[in-house]
Amino acid sequence: MRKMRIGTKLTAVAAVAAFVLAGCGDGGSIDEQTEANESGAAGAGDCGDLNMAVNPWVGYEASAYVVGTVAQEKLGCKVNYKDLKEDVSWQGFGTGEVDVVIEDWGHPDLEKKFFDGSGDGSATDFGENGNVGIIGWYVPGWLAEEHPDILDWNNLNKYAKEFATSESGGKGQFLGSDPSYVQFDEAIISNLGLDFKVVFSGGEAATITAFEQAQKNKEWLIGYFWEPQYVHAEVPMEKVALPPYEDGCQDDPATVDCDYPETPLKKIVSTSWADEGGPGVDLVKNFNWTNDDQNLVAAWITSDGMSPADAAAKWVEENPDKVDAWIG
Amino acid sequence: MTATIAPPRPQAGAEPPPPSEPRSLPRWAWALVVIGVWIVVWALTKGTDTLEIPVRVHTEVQQQLTDFRDSVLASRDTNPLIQFTYSLGGWFTDVVDWAQRMISIPDFPRPVPQIGWLGVTAIATWIGLAVAGWRIALLVGASFVSFGLFGYWSDSMDLLIVTFVAVVFSVLIGMPLAVWLGTSRRPWVVSMINTLLDIFQTMPTFVYLLPIVLFFGIGASAAVVCTLIYALPPIIRVAGHGIRNVSPTTIEATDAAGQTSFQRLRKVQLPMARKTIVVGLNQTIMAALSMATIAAYVDGPGLGKPVLSALFKNDVGGAFVPGMLIVVMAVMLDRTTTAASEASERAARGQVDLRLRRIVLAVTAVGALVAVWASRTYISLAEFPETSWGPTLAGWVDDFTEWFTDTFRGATDWFKNLISDYLLNPLQSLIAESPWYVTATAILLLAFVFGRARALLPTVICLAGLRYFGLWHDSMITLTMTLVGTLLVMILAVVFGVWMARRASVDLMLRPVLDAGQTIPPFVYLIPMLALFGPTRFTAIVAGVVYAAPVAIKLVADGVRGVSPTTLEASRSTGATTWQEITKVQLPMSRSSLVLAANQGLLYVLAMAVIGGMVGAGALGYDVVLGFSRSEEWGKGAAAGISIVLIGIMVDRICRAAAHDEAVTHDATRRPRWRAALGG
Repeated sequence: MRKMRIGTKLTAVAAVAAFVLAGCGDGGSIDEQTEANESGAAGAGDCGDLNMAVNPWVGYEASAYVVGTVAQEKLGCKVNYKDLKEDVSWQGFGTGEVDVVIEDWGHPDLEKKFFDGSGDGSATDFGENGNVGIIGWYVPGWLAEEHPDILDWNNLNKYAKEFATSESGGKGQFLGSDPSYVQFDEAIISNLGLDFKVVFSGGEAATITAFEQAQKNKEWLIGYFWEPQYVHAEVPMEKVALPPYEDGCQDDPATVDCDYPETPLKKIVSTSWADEGGPGVDLVKNFNWTNDDQNLVAAWITSDGMSPADAAAKWVEENPDKVDAWIG
Repeated sequence: MTATIAPPRPQAGAEPPPPSEPRSLPRWAWALVVIGVWIVVWALTKGTDTLEIPVRVHTEVQQQLTDFRDSVLASRDTNPLIQFTYSLGGWFTDVVDWAQRMISIPDFPRPVPQIGWLGVTAIATWIGLAVAGWRIALLVGASFVSFGLFGYWSDSMDLLIVTFVAVVFSVLIGMPLAVWLGTSRRPWVVSMINTLLDIFQTMPTFVYLLPIVLFFGIGASAAVVCTLIYALPPIIRVAGHGIRNVSPTTIEATDAAGQTSFQRLRKVQLPMARKTIVVGLNQTIMAALSMATIAAYVDGPGLGKPVLSALFKNDVGGAFVPGMLIVVMAVMLDRTTTAASEASERAARGQVDLRLRRIVLAVTAVGALVAVWASRTYISLAEFPETSWGPTLAGWVDDFTEWFTDTFRGATDWFKNLISDYLLNPLQSLIAESPWYVTATAILLLAFVFGRARALLPTVICLAGLRYFGLWHDSMITLTMTLVGTLLVMILAVVFGVWMARRASVDLMLRPVLDAGQTIPPFVYLIPMLALFGPTRFTAIVAGVVYAAPVAIKLVADGVRGVSPTTLEASRSTGATTWQEITKVQLPMSRSSLVLAANQGLLYVLAMAVIGGMVGAGALGYDVVLGFSRSEEWGKGAAAGISIVLIGIMVDRICRAAAHDEAVTHDATRRPRWRAALGG
């Protein structure tokens, strides 16, 4: 009998809950929205699907969602965002699973495999996206303020001991970064005769946390960092001047003794998708914006906690001129 | 990264093993002799022949692995195998996509899925009621509502779908293999399957994630396949073991009736092993859930996505909420499968009033159908209304984390330096800075001291493998970190295990915490740990300890609790203090549990090596991540993955040989049962 009562109760609770909630539900009827969607679909443009790879950093996310939002709202494309690392994204060009990588920092090995000529031709370079990647050695802001001479590499050895940690075996610690990134720090350190040891943070999250804590607790830290990066808005950092980059000084990884060059970031797309053409292809081809644009959207996503889609929609609404230039 | 929620208790009251025969010199003394000589040799030779190679240099063997991968990749348009697996992957994607449109994403042109949240919750609750009773039904209902309340309804349903598909295929593929493992009379079949399962379970997923994408495509298909590969071993191992251990007398008795081997399997072995098979299923589900965040790396749908995306924004609270929901889902599925197995046993014994049960289920089914209908009709019953619960909780977690790291950073930094300076660095110097042949000899001698001749062959093979794949120095650093991590795990295991065994209230309080420690994705707590300890080897060790300690604590607690009460009373009557009681009676008598806990703890710490590579620990973990991140380094990553497998198998075989030699487990059914049930 006990079971029976409970069973009945459950049914009653479920039913009451259903009707009470139904009563206060004012979201409108599902049927009406279905009809609206159907008629909407009939009048949509001929853009088709756009498979946008979303590589795992915020700046990329900002670019991807701005382009995606324009494609969806202005051109009527169906945009599928795919959260992938760079290698997987490039593999997806040939299978039709990925159409666009919107921010590429340079991957010689992938280019060799997938560009026309040396590789299977499934990927195509669609030109620069306007962002410029700046890579270098950075120290937290407080350190640059208290010891301004640290911003010149010639003085680094003077301070090497201060940078020692439990990981660096008595030398100064240089914090290397995520294995995805182009890094020559071991070679630079040995070729410039610096008394430092590279310790790899292994990931962007680890690097950012290290800089945040170093600034907050006034700890000594020097490491690999880059722009555009949203965290510059929250944690002040200064770039250390290495011997300036000259053409060819980074050609042989073993003999690198100069700073990193500025990297114009590029758009890479699927060749078959580009050949099909259409408004989506033209949009990606024309897309171009500045580091400040990207940092603004990235800051909305991180500091203000907006969803990438909302942040992108806000920027698109506030910058009609730039958007119009892309869709021609 | 095996997940274990509740390892089955060893049979209580099992008597401790007879003491081993007295030797002229105890084993630990021999071990000290070996280590002493090793230290002398190290002092003279350190820094030579360490086989250290720079981060971006790879050996010929590693290059060959990369070239092989590249040739497979280049052949993808013509390779018939890839075309076959790709269509298989497409089929997985279709299945997942269909299920998603049913319960998780809008089924265009509908603005919502076919069945809304209320309908799904009602059906799930009803299933809980049908298979396991009303308590479980309440748990299931509450869990589903929490998915919506915290704002992750759709991701939660996606994870359920992927887990469900992967588990169904694990059972379809795994059960026949389990029967083979359980009924084969050839020892080589058993040891071959077991070694393969060891490899599957210790190989870091990042190594085979890219090949999976190559063979099965991006997204749901890759998610299902990588989950499947990782979730398959427990059910084969545990169910196979259950089948093998059906009492021989029962089989003989029924064989006398002249049954065929198929009848024996269906009527005797499978039913009698049912309880163990359910444990295996349970482990498979937990293993599947622990892949959630990894699958998100290849666009696999589910709760892993928000965890990962919060990670790259350094958003601790934002990662915590979906991470917590993964724990909720794990606990829900764990308790449901366990209770369902108990309920079906009661039903089989005829202890349930079937007529009453049918009426209850029919009535509640009508209720559930009403809910389904309502959720197809009203928007607010289809789409979970937005609440502020998720963001609020995330905010609290952020505030707490910030307070905690700011307050305790000094203390944790001191502790990190203490362990690094006095334990980690000296040990690493000894193991990794000795010439490779010195370390290899020392390991071999230690293996012989502890495991006798039985341990020699596997140790030689594994050491040779480590040398061949060219990451000797990194392997030794990873081994060092694993040993230090295991030491910390064992300290925790003894302290908390004994405490739990002696106080039921402590046990009750700690169990859910331990469950959470095992199932919460490490990405959730990595950032607070980085803030506390910086990007260091110690951070990696702590992450491994968080993951490994729960298993070890549970094993020690169960072992200590298994010490027979009569023995305890005898010691009390002689006036032993609590301290004496623990150190002289309870711990020595649960020694086999301690050995097992150390073995499992070590494998679990090792399983976190890759996560360690992401928080500054370098070594093999970093190599694996490097191979996953840069296509030209895939071979190096694969070599690192293989090296991790070799270390795991080597240590496991030495432990097993040691346990065997010590005759810790004379009762043949006990040792493998634990091991198997742990999926380790």
